[in-house]
Amino acid sequence: MIRVSEHGERIPLTIAGSDPEKGTITLIVQGMGKSTRELNLKEAGESIHDIVGPLGTPSHIENFGTAVSIGGGVGTAIAYPTAVALKEAGNYVITINGARTKELVILEDEMRAVSDEAYITTDDGSYGFHGFVTQKLQELIDSGKAINYVLAIGPIPMMKAVAEVTRPYGIPTVVSLNPVMVDGTGMCGGCRVTVDNEIRFACVDGPEFDAHKVDFKNLSDRNRMYLQEEQQSVEAFSHKCRLGQHQ
Amino acid sequence: MTTKERLAIPRQPMPAQDPNERAHNFNEVNLGYTPELAQKEAMRCIQCKDPICIKGCPVNIKIDKFIKLIAEGNFLGAAKKIKEDNILPAICGRVCPQEDQCEKVCILTKKYTPVAIGNLERFAADYEREHGEIELPEVKPPTGRKVAVIGSGPAGLSCANDLARLGHSVTVFEALHELGGVLMYGIPEFRLPKDIVKAEIEGMKKIGVKFVTNTVVGRSVTIDELMGEEFFDAVFIGVGAGLPWFMGIPGENLIGVYSANEFLTRVNLMQSYTFPENDTPVFDCKGKNVAVFGGGNTAMDAVRTAKRLGAEHAYIVYRRSEAEMPARAEEIHNAKEEGIEFLLLMNPIEFIGNDQQWLTGVKCLRMELGEPDESGRRKPVPVKGSEFVLPVDMAVISIGNGSNPLIKQTTPEIEVSKRDTIVVDINSMATSKENVYAGGDIVTGGATVILAMGAGRTAAKAIHEKLTGQAPNFEEW
Repeated sequence: MIRVSEHGERIPLTIAGSDPEKGTITLIVQGMGKSTRELNLKEAGESIHDIVGPLGTPSHIENFGTAVSIGGGVGTAIAYPTAVALKEAGNYVITINGARTKELVILEDEMRAVSDEAYITTDDGSYGFHGFVTQKLQELIDSGKAINYVLAIGPIPMMKAVAEVTRPYGIPTVVSLNPVMVDGTGMCGGCRVTVDNEIRFACVDGPEFDAHKVDFKNLSDRNRMYLQEEQQSVEAFSHKCRLGQHQ
Repeated sequence: MTTKERLAIPRQPMPAQDPNERAHNFNEVNLGYTPELAQKEAMRCIQCKDPICIKGCPVNIKIDKFIKLIAEGNFLGAAKKIKEDNILPAICGRVCPQEDQCEKVCILTKKYTPVAIGNLERFAADYEREHGEIELPEVKPPTGRKVAVIGSGPAGLSCANDLARLGHSVTVFEALHELGGVLMYGIPEFRLPKDIVKAEIEGMKKIGVKFVTNTVVGRSVTIDELMGEEFFDAVFIGVGAGLPWFMGIPGENLIGVYSANEFLTRVNLMQSYTFPENDTPVFDCKGKNVAVFGGGNTAMDAVRTAKRLGAEHAYIVYRRSEAEMPARAEEIHNAKEEGIEFLLLMNPIEFIGNDQQWLTGVKCLRMELGEPDESGRRKPVPVKGSEFVLPVDMAVISIGNGSNPLIKQTTPEIEVSKRDTIVVDINSMATSKENVYAGGDIVTGGATVILAMGAGRTAAKAIHEKLTGQAPNFEEW
């Protein structure tokens, strides 16, 4: 969890990498709302007001056999370290790195370096495979490849679609959920998600859950709660930034 | 002054903001005694030979002595006297349930009304703070021993303070970005101004207590690491009851349904009532109907907060009657004055939403009281065919908290009960793990600030004995 500035909100970000020697962690952040935009404006040498972690339950990694790590958009920032860990555990690693368009593809070289097979997909066909990550995944399954494990991280519709692709084949599939959080320590229950018809807290029980048991509709409904306020914050922030530039 | 004259003085009421005004602001409800009111109230104390009020106080404040000092006009002396036993008097004077503790056993209670001990405690503490003459308590020479305190709520602060004064090197670890635990995220500004919490914690920093925020013990660091790698000789766990219970009824995950912890954390800790000045939003209650489910102090805090955020109707929905409500009488009274509507003997069975999944109502059953249950309170039983839908736009579930599982998961040798509370020896607050102690809500389940402070103090005493082989003498302070 980080809080960019004194009056900031607490936002959950997944650690994309770390260097214990240097005492650093890597966060890959797409500027979407106010807090992430504010974070991305930080220059080297500036500081983040608060940071606490790592929180939640660590990813379960073992040698599954053939493992597919799928990242959609900025979700690739999390699919990447998981791919590294899967590789280290001895898996045959396939990565599918999806983005809307060529400019939004991230970590291409890194993903390629840890993968036994690496694919890039773009929705508009501007780079790599023309289509969605799910189409690529389906293609792999159809080609007769025995897949033992799938991890998908990205926008909710993408994760839901991946779950539907693997469900008929019974391939164990894990997704990393991104509900709205406040404290991130299990205290408030704001991040509760419905998994297997039970309430689970993504901040402590997750963020990774069995994709075939997640109620994605409930998650996307709940994530709409503050859309209006988020919009308001972004507008006020953009306005402030523009003023700043004119000074 | 004769005893008879003292008994003739009526209990001085606490001046408060007008209910109509305060229902629209977050300023403190109670305004505090003036020196004149305080002295007059203090004179009501007949200075019993055996002041049983002290035994009614979980931290055994020398009540007779500090009240005598107020009566004599020595307000700073009174504050100092209280602080010998209680480091957070401005807080306790506001949020302790005195009517169940010191004031309950006051000798005047039977025939007259009790001395307003809580109001006087608050007065002395406020006077000292406002006059900028806070005197630091005496600190014993360093013992060379290190103690880690986990959680900066009432239990942790009380334990840390006693240990620091006994000469130990104390570090308090807090999970959140602000210190104070439930005092910051749970209890609203209008009942406990946050500047007061900050000021009382500043006092502790001055006697050498170290505070580390943004550290979740059980995740950022474990208890074993604290003891094995950071060389803490003992650990006190005061992490509170931080896992909200939900009701398990359909529709609980609709948009607009909050736990009390989330709603209050957003408003208190993240100050979302100032959104967009502060970035964290909260449901816009203006002109809306809000229902809070529960009958405790937290439920009262939540419903009064919703009213202040502009709710048209702010309801307490409680399945028993008012007599069974665990909230303090004063809080129920204040809530009613502010226009909170009490829907009693009513049990929610389903939340109902629109096609966008926003909450629109809650289906309830009317209840009646049957035979007493295991808690001794009469058990509510549903009235057949009494189902109806209460239209609400936002709901807050305030039915209590369980225990956060993080410490249990990472330190399995600490014994926990079936309810996941930590099992301790109540005389020392020692857990089943050597040199690890615990107190407050993580041991008792949801309780009060002062009981948590009492537990912190008991643990501090035991830790000191364990580390030095000597019993501390709090009487001397």
